[in-house]
Amino acid sequence: MAVIYIDNKPYEVKEGQSLLNACLSLGFSVPYFCWHPELHSVGACRQCAVKQFRNESDTRGFIIMSCMTPVEDGLCISIDDPEARQFRASIIEMLMLNHPHDCPVCDEGGECHLQDMTVMTGHVRRRTRFPKRTYRNQDLGPFLNHEMNRCIQCYRCLRFYRDYAGGRDFNVFGIHQRLYFGRYEDGKLESEFSGNLVEVCPTGVFTDKTFMKHFTRKWDLQTAPSICVHCSVGCNTIVGERYGTVRRILNRFNREVNGYFLCDRGRFGYEFVNSELRIRRPLVRDARTAEAQPANKAAALKRVAQILRKTPGLIGIGSPRASLESNYALRKLVGPDRFFAGVSGAEQRLITAILDSMRKPSVLSPSLQEVERADAVLLLGEDVPNTAPRLALALRQSVRVRPMTLADQLCVPRWMDHAVRLVVHDARGPLYIATPYRTRLDSLATKTLRGAPDDIARLGFAVAHELSTDSPAVAGLSEEAQSLAHEIAQALQGASCPLVMSGTGCGSMAVVQAADAVARSLRKTGRPAMLSFIVPECNSLGLGILGGGSLEDAVERILKGDAHNLIILQSNLFRRLDRETVEEVFEKIEHVVVLDHVANRCVERADVVLPSATFAESDGTFVNNEGRGQRFFQVMVPQGDVQASWRWIRDIADALDKGELAPWTSLDDLIADMAASVQRLKEVVRIAPAADFRMTGMRIARESHRYSGRTAVTAYVSVHEPKPPQDDDSPLAFSMEGFQGHVPPAVIPRFWSPGWNSIQAVNKFQSEVGGPLAGGDPGIRLIEPMENVEKGQEGAIVPEPFRPRTDACLLVPLFHVFGSEELSMLSPAIAEAAPEPYVGLSPEDADRLGLRDGNTVAVRWDETELTLPAKIMDDLPGGLAGLPHGLPGLSGFVLPRWGKIRAK
Amino acid sequence: MLTDLMKRELLAEIDRTETRQAACIEALQIVQRHLGWISNETLREIADFLNMTPDELEGVATFYNHIHRKPVGRHVILVCDSVVCWIEGVEEILEHIRATLHIEPGETTSDGLFTLLPVQCLGACDNAPALMIDEELFTNLTPARFDEIVAAYRDGKS
Ligand code: SF4
Ligand code: SF4
Ligand code: FES
Repeated sequence: MAVIYIDNKPYEVKEGQSLLNACLSLGFSVPYFCWHPELHSVGACRQCAVKQFRNESDTRGFIIMSCMTPVEDGLCISIDDPEARQFRASIIEMLMLNHPHDCPVCDEGGECHLQDMTVMTGHVRRRTRFPKRTYRNQDLGPFLNHEMNRCIQCYRCLRFYRDYAGGRDFNVFGIHQRLYFGRYEDGKLESEFSGNLVEVCPTGVFTDKTFMKHFTRKWDLQTAPSICVHCSVGCNTIVGERYGTVRRILNRFNREVNGYFLCDRGRFGYEFVNSELRIRRPLVRDARTAEAQPANKAAALKRVAQILRKTPGLIGIGSPRASLESNYALRKLVGPDRFFAGVSGAEQRLITAILDSMRKPSVLSPSLQEVERADAVLLLGEDVPNTAPRLALALRQSVRVRPMTLADQLCVPRWMDHAVRLVVHDARGPLYIATPYRTRLDSLATKTLRGAPDDIARLGFAVAHELSTDSPAVAGLSEEAQSLAHEIAQALQGASCPLVMSGTGCGSMAVVQAADAVARSLRKTGRPAMLSFIVPECNSLGLGILGGGSLEDAVERILKGDAHNLIILQSNLFRRLDRETVEEVFEKIEHVVVLDHVANRCVERADVVLPSATFAESDGTFVNNEGRGQRFFQVMVPQGDVQASWRWIRDIADALDKGELAPWTSLDDLIADMAASVQRLKEVVRIAPAADFRMTGMRIARESHRYSGRTAVTAYVSVHEPKPPQDDDSPLAFSMEGFQGHVPPAVIPRFWSPGWNSIQAVNKFQSEVGGPLAGGDPGIRLIEPMENVEKGQEGAIVPEPFRPRTDACLLVPLFHVFGSEELSMLSPAIAEAAPEPYVGLSPEDADRLGLRDGNTVAVRWDETELTLPAKIMDDLPGGLAGLPHGLPGLSGFVLPRWGKIRAK
Repeated sequence: MLTDLMKRELLAEIDRTETRQAACIEALQIVQRHLGWISNETLREIADFLNMTPDELEGVATFYNHIHRKPVGRHVILVCDSVVCWIEGVEEILEHIRATLHIEPGETTSDGLFTLLPVQCLGACDNAPALMIDEELFTNLTPARFDEIVAAYRDGKS
């Protein structure tokens, strides 16, 4: 610790950090632009000037850039010094010379860092009389709007996009006062992290294009803390609503999870909530083939009760994209032995294996932040940039951990970003990637291996054997693979925080087991091994904890005639099982009740459809890939009869006179029940404050104190102001009346602080700038290693090497960040960014089949035949072919599997 | 189109640098020497050749005033407009150029012979005002001297 003097008062602060960081952490308002808590200091904008004094007798002092000055004991500075103030005011005046002063029509207005800083420095009058330079803007695709005239040349965009996220299709052009930040030519920004520019840019150059279509000022949005539903990372988000539609998603800082950044799927995938395909009223069909009729809630529930009473044998199918609470409610209604996880047997076995692995002793499942700190990484089988994008961004930072020591040796503080990048340059720590096809992280990799899932697993087992002979040897390994395994083992062993990452992406148990084996063997060498698994959906692990049979098990029960009625929770079975099987189920089963938000093929076939609330319209808990339970909160009251799935299930129980099965009136009742009956979920109650939590006697307001039009928004219906909707499930209020100050981290509905209207207000919510949220980062780890469950490595069998066949290819899934995930594909911006369906072929197989890029081919197995254009992928090993996961027409089968391919 | 000759010259330059990218400034100059300027198409080709994205190379190309991203005349006249030349009367020279060649800074004569560009300091302050045509420096300028110089170029000097 060091003592520094700010305007003659002593403060105790951490030594070595930047002075700006220290001042902000102490709560001083020092203006800044180019500095960013995650991108650190470059000293480019000169806005953070303060005055430093040599000693007590120095009365003149000299101007320094606080972001470039390390904190040392005895440092004596003044923020208030008139000259320093004048300097800062002049800088902003200069930065504003060419600014169009168009705040009223700017989407950043009201949450603009430039506005905040301008007010903070007191620059109020434009004196320059020269013409302003103007630019032509670019069309950057469906996500971002570009308005270059508003640029103040702080370079943050470039430092994020190029240096932090590795994007190569964006740059700064020109020199001195003619700088242009953009692309070489119009076109979509390629990086899947481009949306962060909305928050990184301190002005309105980059704004959210989807938000623009239904723009609302920040202060007019009703907001609530939420969790992204588009992959298993579970990034924390802030959802904004106005007039009953979701308007946008912003990042919600959580040091342990997403930090300052989201991926574009998470940021722009929300539009499905407003989709035309939404189901807002219950639908009832008298006969399977009849047209569905809208019904009111009572009539629909009556019909459900009628159906379920008539015939016994009810089963329920849960969903990895529904909350723990809704899944638990269904499990309770139908009974645990009649509850089925809504995933294929293959997927379920993988999830179970992963859960087991996470509970085995001594190997930790890292948080995203811990992934960032890993200094050697082995990636087995997972296309991380496409299946868990935010984690890929974390891996990008992890390769810098090792070379960072070069900067330490030269005594360059790590936050001195430009200098550190010069020192580190192209040096990278060990990252080994073994996947079936090329990933966007490959350019950072020390070495890569392309192989079939079995070969990837073999490499993993070979590494494990190198580390510890307790792990089985791999017979018949090529010399090359052997030496690669040796190299990887050395790298992992030589690291202080080695990480093994894998997941369900290959659909291979061998790969998952191999990853587990590497981590265990590594642990045996005394290394603190971390093992991270990526799973398919936002609540795959939560559902895994609840257990239940697989979809195939459910089908078997139905076809055996043991189940006559079926409740499907938020799941389109046609995406998860092959069409014939689902058709068979619908043939055989007597009645189907579907709870879901959007129309899909299951909805079209159901006897009764009950409209479920999306993440924006309900509260609940998801368990992310780390095993962290996280609560999301309702941001708006849904239109029509939409309600949380668990409430429908409770209503069904009531309609069946089985209310004792579902005795819950609020979410807290349900959570308490769940925590009491599922041992592994007992901590869930602690994730967020209960609904009766109050701040100085008040609920937490979802609307800002500046929320406008409260009395007028519904005036076209009635001039009487309606009572705000009641919220029984959370301590938040659908109102501007309520507590507006600092609240426990799990329920922060927005970041705002007096004078800090932009997202930079998050500084004021952290224990120290860039550190955890004051009060602790939200979420509770539900799955920890347990010392007493040693399961060893039984069952882990090293697979045989992959043998290509001449009559068929092994079809593996190819993932696309935009396209592979179900809900985000219903959002127009994401759909626009998704590729057209295709089949990926290796050059060898294409040659063998006489196929060229773009040729139409038939892919066939069992009864299925797909007609697709061929895409030759030079990175795909011979004998493999790839099918893009989840694209239209490309779901409803489980991969990998063999398929025959021929020209058409 | 990059000719084989250009590619050979580029490769020679690449040989001297640690990475292909590091040769980018020289590469732009080499190609410009051959083609006079760098078109969008040429920029893409050079970028490809150096394993760069066009976005990356364009950042370099637009940073340097002397890399021409628009066509220029056969000869480029660079007139120093920095402070010493200004004191020594460069405005008079510029006025004279306007009157005789009928071009403003940034423009090319209709016969395609001369492009006029301003430049900041040619390092010849002691003999200001100064200008440079292509690679040749001319100092202690007067309007009459300018006419002589231009006439020589018109007569086919280099
Ligand atoms: S575009 Fe935004 S982030 Fe980029 S330099 Fe300009 S003001 Fe800074
Ligand atoms: S990484 Fe996953 S959880 Fe995070 S924003 Fe992207 S899709 Fe959402
Ligand atoms: S914030 Fe310090 S110079 Fe920009």
